[in-house]
Amino acid sequence: MTSSRRTRLVLALAAGLIAIAAAVGLSCLLGPQHVSLDAALAGIEPDRAILVGLRLPRAVLAALVGFALAAAGTALQALLRNPLAEPFVLGVSGGAALGGTLVLLASAGLASLSGPAGALLGAAPPVVVGAILGAVLSTLLVFGLGRIGGRLVPEAALLVGIVFNAFVAGVITLLKMLVPPEQAARLLYWLMGAIGYEPPGTLAVGAVVILAAVGALAVLSARLNLLALGDEEAASLGVDVRRVRALVFFAASAATGAAVALAGMVGFVGLLVPHLVRRVVGPDHRLLLPAAALFGAAFLVLADALARLAFLPLGTEPPVGAVTAFVGGPFFLWLLRRSTRREAEALP
Amino acid sequence: MSAARPPGPPWPDPIVAVEGARFAYGGRPALDGVTFAAREGEFVGLLGPNGAGKSTLIRLVAGLLAPSAGTVRLAGLDPAAAPRRQVAQVCALVPQEPRLDWPFTVREAVMMGRAAHQGLLAIPGRYDTGAVDGALSACDLVGLAGRRVDALSGGERRRVFFARALAQEPRVLLLDEPTAFLDLSHQVATMEMARVAARGGLCVVAVLHDLNQAAAACDRLVVIGGGRVVAEGPPAEVLTAARVAEVWGVPVWRGEHGVTGATIVLPTGAARREEPPGVPREPGGRVQG
Repeated sequence: MTSSRRTRLVLALAAGLIAIAAAVGLSCLLGPQHVSLDAALAGIEPDRAILVGLRLPRAVLAALVGFALAAAGTALQALLRNPLAEPFVLGVSGGAALGGTLVLLASAGLASLSGPAGALLGAAPPVVVGAILGAVLSTLLVFGLGRIGGRLVPEAALLVGIVFNAFVAGVITLLKMLVPPEQAARLLYWLMGAIGYEPPGTLAVGAVVILAAVGALAVLSARLNLLALGDEEAASLGVDVRRVRALVFFAASAATGAAVALAGMVGFVGLLVPHLVRRVVGPDHRLLLPAAALFGAAFLVLADALARLAFLPLGTEPPVGAVTAFVGGPFFLWLLRRSTRREAEALP
Repeated sequence: MSAARPPGPPWPDPIVAVEGARFAYGGRPALDGVTFAAREGEFVGLLGPNGAGKSTLIRLVAGLLAPSAGTVRLAGLDPAAAPRRQVAQVCALVPQEPRLDWPFTVREAVMMGRAAHQGLLAIPGRYDTGAVDGALSACDLVGLAGRRVDALSGGERRRVFFARALAQEPRVLLLDEPTAFLDLSHQVATMEMARVAARGGLCVVAVLHDLNQAAAACDRLVVIGGGRVVAEGPPAEVLTAARVAEVWGVPVWRGEHGVTGATIVLPTGAARREEPPGVPREPGGRVQG
């Protein structure tokens, strides 16, 4: 029993790591410019610069973002007891985007008064902190307004999240009016969910936050199994529901906030990946959460490579958020239809 | 282990002791000064009309709610203030409509009962596996251990949650309407499992609606009406025709089971509904609105 679970965990993690390695390798070797791995390893330019300087950091960034979003989605699904929960759908990504935007705008405003101070505020750590704060506050808002009569109603929380997303989109549109056009265009591209070429500092801050947050979720994964049963049942099985839920909220929000700071709003990764991985490894979060995080990383690396390559003849590339939304939107609707149909069948 | 307490005649100290507990949902009072005790080894049935406060009382005992006045003691703990893990090592609750939306297997679901005895990652040890095996066989679930819980029938699913509570190895087992929505054979099996648990030394407290079932299986009945204890004692003393008529507002015939000798009450007419049922009509008693 125990040994079989350990075997399954090792197998799932190994498969996830292999998938990431394959996806990163593929993403690095594919592109408009043909590069040779041998040449790059031998230090021959421009192969080395393209591989190590451009494509590898971008693949690592995509992997980090996918890792964070899939783990956060898995945790939020357990908390909401609903497979439709996801950072983007619940408005957590939207809150993070608003937080990040506010910090960026403040830095732009400050830069017009005093250049160095503005640049300092526009650097990676403040934007990451702003995005995490925005994510935490929006999570509190969505789960707070999703409570009716002291009980969390998943459908209500999802509706609140969707409305909050529309609200955030409106606020960001208004804020964009306040900045010069070229900065507004950059802001928009970031928010659409673009895996860009971040400076190493940003990547490092984001990586530390994401690894810590997902690590915390993995430690709490056995508690997630119990929380997914419902508050009263979890409490009567020995879980300090308030404390554990607050920790999970915070960790999932931090992971989402850091992912948004790195890549903007990439939707539906936290919906697609946990669902598919759950079908293979089952519902036990001790297995599901780490496996979903790893496959989320591989998934987003591939999605980004696809975004990069699909529009190559046109000489443009869409943000990866557009690719995930293109796949994830219909998937969300299919899942919604399926779960409501199942509920209707369950009625006596 | 020193200074062993002399065996108290005729019962040991109650493991569940509720004194003068009051509780209100928002402004609506549910319990109005309830005093209630239960001991290890006895099977207590909580009876009363809908809305009388039975489920509220067992939630107070489980520490899921805290009384606004009065005290609740569970094996010496204040269950609403003590760490949940400590409470869960003493007390298990089988809720009225247990839910399990995720496709866990029966064995995995029952293993969750061990969480309060395990570490943070809930890695099962040999003792945990043994406790789960015992609970599975006590609830006749051995053949279903590998099946997914969401594919089971309602009756089988109830047994899974009962087994999970047994695997928790509590001293107090709280059951909220354990026989609701079950067919006759599953009702009988559930009441028998509860009786066996009590004979094994657990304190079993069950909210029940079927008076005859309660009279047949329980050692002691406690009748709650209008947020208070209206009567308590052995089934034959508690279930008098006059009391049933007073508390439930239904005139009944009272007799004895021809085979088992258990008390039986059967309605003889329509319910009186001029007054809210369950309100104790003692002289000067406060009527709840």
